[in-house]
Amino acid sequence: MKLSNLTFKGGIHPPYSKELSKKASIEPCIVPEVVVIPLSQHIGAPCDPIVKIGEAVKVGQKIGESKSFVSAPVHSSVSGVVKKIEEIDSPLGNKTKAVVIESDGKNEVSEEVKPKGNLEDLSPEEIVEIVKEAGITGQGGASFPTHVKLSPPPDKKIDTVILNGAECEPYLTADHRLMVEESESIVYGLKAIMKAVGVKKGYIGIEDNKPDAIEAMMKASANEPEIEIVSLETKYPQGDEKRLIDAATKRQVPAGGLPMDVGVIVNNVGTADAIAKAIKTGMPLVERVVTITGDAVVTPKNLMVKIGTSFKEVVEQCGGYKEGLGKIVMGGPMMGNAQFTDNVPVVKGTSGILLLSEKEVSAPPMDPCMRCGRCVYACPVNLQPTALEKLTSRERFDETEKYHIWSCIECGTCSYVCPARRPLVHSIRVAKKALSDKQKRESK
Amino acid sequence: MQERLLLTSSPHIGTKDTVSRVMLDVIIALLPATMGSIYFFGLPAFKLIMVSVIAAVATEAIIQKLTKKTITIKDCSAALTGLLLAMNIPPAAPWWIAAVGSAFAIGIAKQAFGGLGQNFINPALAGRAMLMASWPVIMTTWSAPGADAVATVTPLALLKPGSEATGELPSLMDAFVGNIGGCLGETSALLLLIGAAYLFYRRVISWRIPFTYIATVAVITLVASGGDFTNMLYHLFTGGLMIGAFFMATDYSSSPITVKGQIIFGIGAGVITSVIRLYGGYPEGVSYSILLMNLAAPIIEKYTSPKLFGEVK
Repeated sequence: MKLSNLTFKGGIHPPYSKELSKKASIEPCIVPEVVVIPLSQHIGAPCDPIVKIGEAVKVGQKIGESKSFVSAPVHSSVSGVVKKIEEIDSPLGNKTKAVVIESDGKNEVSEEVKPKGNLEDLSPEEIVEIVKEAGITGQGGASFPTHVKLSPPPDKKIDTVILNGAECEPYLTADHRLMVEESESIVYGLKAIMKAVGVKKGYIGIEDNKPDAIEAMMKASANEPEIEIVSLETKYPQGDEKRLIDAATKRQVPAGGLPMDVGVIVNNVGTADAIAKAIKTGMPLVERVVTITGDAVVTPKNLMVKIGTSFKEVVEQCGGYKEGLGKIVMGGPMMGNAQFTDNVPVVKGTSGILLLSEKEVSAPPMDPCMRCGRCVYACPVNLQPTALEKLTSRERFDETEKYHIWSCIECGTCSYVCPARRPLVHSIRVAKKALSDKQKRESK
Repeated sequence: MQERLLLTSSPHIGTKDTVSRVMLDVIIALLPATMGSIYFFGLPAFKLIMVSVIAAVATEAIIQKLTKKTITIKDCSAALTGLLLAMNIPPAAPWWIAAVGSAFAIGIAKQAFGGLGQNFINPALAGRAMLMASWPVIMTTWSAPGADAVATVTPLALLKPGSEATGELPSLMDAFVGNIGGCLGETSALLLLIGAAYLFYRRVISWRIPFTYIATVAVITLVASGGDFTNMLYHLFTGGLMIGAFFMATDYSSSPITVKGQIIFGIGAGVITSVIRLYGGYPEGVSYSILLMNLAAPIIEKYTSPKLFGEVK
């Protein structure tokens, strides 16, 4: 089977703007004086704090956990003293409880942190437990607890693991740098995932605009016959897991289904790296690579940032803002969240901090839909975004279900291509919210 | 840091393309044929084009002003409708024909139904159909290219089975280049194809409607004439087929948005055009075929929704 230039139907080619930061090696970010660690950084139940105000903590020490299975514990990223446990604004757009820790600058590592032994000696159950205890969540941005993904129900026969190194979001280069610089660790992490779910086939999918990453990953996996590097056409949203599975295995995940319905588990390359480190050193997820980029930052960089560092301090380390900042986005420009302040902490899902100038984000005013159909042809899920927008604007939410609204992955491709700048994906979000609110009301 | 940050939901970047750019592209694509019509038919052609465009833009502005709506003449869509209508008028027609046609196209076919993107039939063709119904003699009096405006018949009238029209068929080359009688902008297949190539290059239109439309007419006329290839070529290069297929049937607003729907639309228009030309009461059927398919477009669209990714049947 051909393993290069694979892709899916639909999609777009936005300007990738990755040259800003793709050559910048990962540098350690300063250790801030104060970190603010949210107790909910993932999809699932929020954690409860297990430290008290005034208590001394060390790097890697668990400070929050939940009894719920779909959750991920959080750990301190610095050594120091717990100052406050308070409600804060999360970069995900909601309010959440957070543990505020004042660093003592010593970065003392907790006694709990110790190597977990050789991968060969670990059982699948032990690997899943290590992943769970390390608080690892999907590093691509969705932040789904990884141990849940690695525990498929017994009736789902998994035969393939795919690592997602597509990084199809414009601007972002965190995964790119990680693949170039930590390729061995990523391969190790993939082997751990494969062992955890008992699979003999592993792919690493990378868009072909990252030839150095493809080369590095090929080299690192040269002696691993079970692992293959797949080069993908550079096209957004190539890194959406269902598009990735389609490209790499030619299997279509049924609408409304999950990757495991076609025997596949997809994890981000950053997640594999975090798993490798959790096994090798025992260090839980307390830091991650963040791309700080955009045309409104002085020096774009890829930094290894402690979870809980404020955006403000991270940006300061990149020389600060340029004149005319218009938008701060967590994540990429296609799916990231706009922030109203830079006083929010970096969380486990912060793949990038994107700083766009007013000029870059300004658009001419909206025009009426002229039915050019570009949204329909570009939609990777084959929806009719313009029809969904029309129904939503008339508040005919029930009818949107006939147009498969729940299959929308909110990749933003439709809004991107629209020459009339209709709020297409935004309308879909509005309709989804209205429908789920209605369901909630009715189930009461 | 800035005091105020922009907060909108993603995506945070977008295409640089705009509605007016798309409309302008179609106007640019029509320029070769526009120039050609002035070259072939002289000053009267130029006058008709100017009157038609100005009347279309003025009608849009006046209606939007009267109804207290945003005036959208800057999006170039009204100018485009005016130009397209002019392309559909015989060169010997008086100036007020163009003005009345444009006013009807914009006022009734477009603005009365809600403006850009809401018209269910092609405004320019609606204007032409109204003119045909109201002033049939003016609308079917053809003159040969050149300054002296000699009355002539169109090749399609000569080709029509059982037609009483008499005259010499122009050479196929003249028909292709546009050195024949006909409406302003429809005579030169060559210049229209150059414009169409630009539309493909700019990705304003896809192959689906024009290709299926022209191919259907080609197949039917070939079969109906018992395999007469030359006869088929006359059918393709004379009359309004080229301008209809590339510039009229592709109107976003009045054609289906779905891929399969567009193919059905093209084939349907091809069948109706051929049937009118070969068996109907008129020598030409492009306008009516597109108008009829415009009416069918919503239902075609309804039954040709794209298959969902991973759809479970």
